[in-house]
Amino acid sequence: MDTVYLIIVLAPLLAAAIAGLFGRQIGRIGAHSVTILAVGLSFVLSAVVFYQHVFNGVPVYNETVYTWMFTDGLHFEIGFLVDNLTALMMLVVTFVSLMVHVYTIGYMADDPGYQRFFAYISLFTFAMLMLVMANNFLQLFFGWEAVGLVSYLLIGFWYKRPTATYANMKAFIVNRVGDFGFLIGIATLVFYAGSLNYTEVFAEAEAMRDAVITIWPGWTFGLLDLALIFLFIGAMGKSAQVPLHVWLPDSMEGPTPISALIHAATMVTAGIFMVARMSPLYEYSVAALSFILVIGAITAFFMGLIGLVQNDIKRVVAYSTLSQLGYMTVALGASAYAAAVFHLMTHAFFKALLFLAAGSVIIAMHHLQDMRAMGGLRRYMPVTYATALIGSLALIGFPFFSGFFSKDAIIEAVGYSQTPGATFAYWLVLLGVFVTALYTFRMFFLVFHGEERFDQAHKYMPDHGDDHHDENGDEHHHDHGPLKPKESPWVVTVPLVLLAIPSVVAGYFIGPILFGDFFADSLFVLEEQDVLAQKGKGYTGVLAFVLHGLMLPAFWLAMAGLVSAWYLYIRRPDLPGVIAHRLRLGVRILEAKYGFDTFNDRVLAGGSRRLGHWLWRYGDVFAIDGVLVNGTARSVGWIAARARSIQTGFLYHYAFVMIIGLLVLIFAFVI
Amino acid sequence: MSTEWPILSLLIWLPILGGFLTLTAGRDAPLVALRLGLAVAVATFVASLFLWLGFERGTAEMQFQEFRPWIAAFNVHYHLGVDGISMPLILLTTLTTVLVVIAAWGSVKERVAYYLAAFLVMQGLMIGMFSALDAVLFYVFFEAMLIPMFLVIGIWGGPRRVYATIKFFLYTFLGSVFMLIALIYMYVQSGGSFAILDFHQLPLPMTAQILIFLAFFAAFAVKIPMFPVHTWLPDAHVEAPTGGSVILAAVMLKIGGYGFLRFSLPITPDAAAVLDVLVITLSLIAIVYIGLVALIQSDMKKLIAYSSIAHMGFVTLGFFIAFMIYRNTGDWSGATLGIAGGMVQMISHGFISAAMFLAVGVLYDRLHSRNIADYGGVVNTMPWFAVFFVLFAMANTGLPGTSGFVGEFMVILAAFRADFWLAFLAATTLILAAAYTLWLVKRVVFGEIGNDNVAQLKDLDRREFFVMGVLAFFVLLLGVWPAPLLEVMNATIDHLVVHIAESKLPAL
Repeated sequence: MDTVYLIIVLAPLLAAAIAGLFGRQIGRIGAHSVTILAVGLSFVLSAVVFYQHVFNGVPVYNETVYTWMFTDGLHFEIGFLVDNLTALMMLVVTFVSLMVHVYTIGYMADDPGYQRFFAYISLFTFAMLMLVMANNFLQLFFGWEAVGLVSYLLIGFWYKRPTATYANMKAFIVNRVGDFGFLIGIATLVFYAGSLNYTEVFAEAEAMRDAVITIWPGWTFGLLDLALIFLFIGAMGKSAQVPLHVWLPDSMEGPTPISALIHAATMVTAGIFMVARMSPLYEYSVAALSFILVIGAITAFFMGLIGLVQNDIKRVVAYSTLSQLGYMTVALGASAYAAAVFHLMTHAFFKALLFLAAGSVIIAMHHLQDMRAMGGLRRYMPVTYATALIGSLALIGFPFFSGFFSKDAIIEAVGYSQTPGATFAYWLVLLGVFVTALYTFRMFFLVFHGEERFDQAHKYMPDHGDDHHDENGDEHHHDHGPLKPKESPWVVTVPLVLLAIPSVVAGYFIGPILFGDFFADSLFVLEEQDVLAQKGKGYTGVLAFVLHGLMLPAFWLAMAGLVSAWYLYIRRPDLPGVIAHRLRLGVRILEAKYGFDTFNDRVLAGGSRRLGHWLWRYGDVFAIDGVLVNGTARSVGWIAARARSIQTGFLYHYAFVMIIGLLVLIFAFVI
Repeated sequence: MSTEWPILSLLIWLPILGGFLTLTAGRDAPLVALRLGLAVAVATFVASLFLWLGFERGTAEMQFQEFRPWIAAFNVHYHLGVDGISMPLILLTTLTTVLVVIAAWGSVKERVAYYLAAFLVMQGLMIGMFSALDAVLFYVFFEAMLIPMFLVIGIWGGPRRVYATIKFFLYTFLGSVFMLIALIYMYVQSGGSFAILDFHQLPLPMTAQILIFLAFFAAFAVKIPMFPVHTWLPDAHVEAPTGGSVILAAVMLKIGGYGFLRFSLPITPDAAAVLDVLVITLSLIAIVYIGLVALIQSDMKKLIAYSSIAHMGFVTLGFFIAFMIYRNTGDWSGATLGIAGGMVQMISHGFISAAMFLAVGVLYDRLHSRNIADYGGVVNTMPWFAVFFVLFAMANTGLPGTSGFVGEFMVILAAFRADFWLAFLAATTLILAAAYTLWLVKRVVFGEIGNDNVAQLKDLDRREFFVMGVLAFFVLLLGVWPAPLLEVMNATIDHLVVHIAESKLPAL
């Protein structure tokens, strides 16, 4: 099997190198052929691996590929761990990646950076696979930072736009804040376990629970709690949890395909995957779980609220992603790791679908993203409309759609959970369901239903569209005459359809994945914390699950949100304005995104720069160079001037000094 | 192990003689000088590869030793040899010199022969310094090496070159005078030996150790440089021509680190165990304070110089946490990791800083400005340059997969064994380095074309592409597979840790 895993990982890397370094030679067709071929190969092989592991019962694979280095008794290795969890992630990553590759042919058709784009997304696939297949913390950290690098490159893909180069720098630095915590967490675990290997570290989990570390004289901290909270700070960066979420909405500066692939389906779920992978550790730290639960719940609810006031179609989906990541995080905190991964999977499908559908709309609108200038699009783009409807229903958790199963499982799991903070989290995720349905169908109705508002396009055309194509991009800004939207080409719609299928059916696997032994070898849950087992006791099948779900508050809240959206945006489109006026303080807070960005810009970024200036001015320039160095030079000059006056030229002066000197020397030696 | 072939002497004298030959033959014929200089540099590099190939892994013994009496009256010998610490640094020197010579092609227009001669002679002297096992021999090389560097900055430097040269000279000279006193003291104490390896075995009382430690510290802290004796470096870099900056950053700073490992730790372990808090504190200041100062620099070279100081903070931190690890955990596990991490950081910084300074040189050759504000949108006219620049910038931020990550990762892991807060403060580099480096990239490389000058820029020519490509290769190789480097160093560093674990205080 070794070779198969190597091919899965290395094929996209090789393709990325070819498309990136020889893009000019192989041309556009060459670039997309080679990368699609490679990612397609990875996908097919991943499917084989998945089949082998899940259905043929191939044992867990855990082997070293090569020794990165060895020193001081520590083995730093590169190696793969493939179990059902990894196999599932590989399948999801390569599938969504393949869809996005195909979609890109249509979406980036007239972009001068075509080859570069394919090189990046292929490189991303490699990095993400390294991350999910790692069997040790070194490789995990490599993949972790490498996906961050590609994200940086892709957010800034249109490097001429100041907003894009600002957004990518912001994304990288905010992620680095998370990675800072991640690294400390890894160091803590390595400190205790003396190994970077998952299996060896996990073996120490119980012992680590009782170990303490002295942070300050007299102030000790549970070693495991500390390590896991720091590790989770890494996840907060990557999976955009409050307060490290600020980079994700700005990352929408990147082209839409990568918003789907990286900033919705795969990379941002790395944090969720990581915590699930570390479940043998997290289970032993109630403090860490509780922390995760609360952070996740806050993200799930409050980020969803911001989605209500966004007018940019991509930003609505972005805030929705934040909120859904919050749901997954909540599930982790409630020890329902399987539910988190399950939602990760369904979300990957329906959110990639929604992003790509949004991209399709953006193409039709000639790179306009403001929903206030859309409306009635369902008549022009039936495929996009139908698939977007499927995605939306899945997102709000409509019965029989995938999101229904995964979200329901999370909410109920939190309800059963005894982790401190679970009640708080339960209410937030429950209310979040209403918010989700409201913002989702607000978007859906504004875009596809109601009257056509294309004539207002000029009002909402920003400085640049989503796809300001570098050299020839400007043409999009000129008048096109009246906008006539039309359905996108097949390379765009086929991925939509292919993603719509799992957006519905992925939920039907809830039985084996959540309540069966699908994750028996991968995830570890202490018996007393196993909320999914409690939930699963009554599980008799998909249909019964749905029927049971119809009696739960979550379903009715979702319906209420949907109906409210219909009433506000179809029936009485005049009302939202009135309500917004009534609640203007709240709207202003939401539009300011709770002030996180302002705070970060002014206090953190500005503060660092001011501090740097101050240190440089008063430390280096004034104290060290001014006083110490040049001051010494001046003093020497001053002393020399005094010394010069001693050289009087009178012989007796010299003689006198010599005598004194002699006396001093004699004294010094005699005594 | 000793060979019949005096390979170390060859590595020292080939470039020195080659340098003088270049000077005489190429004085009036720049092209001859360039070809000759390149031939000498390449020959030296190839010769140094035999060092790598013939080096016996797994032993801490000095290898390729050469021993000849020199000044018999004072028991001074021409004694050379390398171990796992010095050998990689010699290879770094020979490689960097080749790149500097290639980079001079077309970039240096005045007194080409002198320029090349200075670098070749400097290379020989630096290799001599790294391989000397006799203290006097070491001292001679250590001082002599500065002369070509003064000339390089003084002749081909920028407008404030006189200030920078004098500052550089005074700083480094002041430090080395103390070192000379310490060496003479040990000569007397050891009963008339200048052998560095004898010094390692010399029992010394605490007071003497502390004084000797401080004397060495004065010499090496200035070189590496550490806060607060670092301010000569940004000035020297700013005024130095590209090649000078490259050698200064890639090799000369490493002499300070090398000195700590060859002298301070093994000769005065008991003093180091007492004064390590001082060094560690200064290292952390370098990482945090200098990181913040780098953030606001408006001159590209200054920014990279400050970034160098911050990265060197990891070297000194890695070298000196050993004692704290022992005090806090009761065993020495993690000490090798820290010291090896510092070593890897030195080698890696050699590649990355060389690349960054060369990249600035590439821009400077075209626009004659080092000001960040004079650039913007360089990627539009120089796409290949942008690729390399972003790669090296990422390496500078310590991205895994590049060499910049390896040493920092090792030192942070080791620092955690010593104390939580050490690791915590050291790890802030993840954020700070990302902030100052990526902000630089954003302002120089990305964006719309900043001005008409940028619009006229030509992308890398083949010569520049080659130099950047070689460095990129090593940055990635060391990042993806550092094992070979560690194999060379492990035995020596393990031995060093065993050595410093034993007190050298004379038995009462």
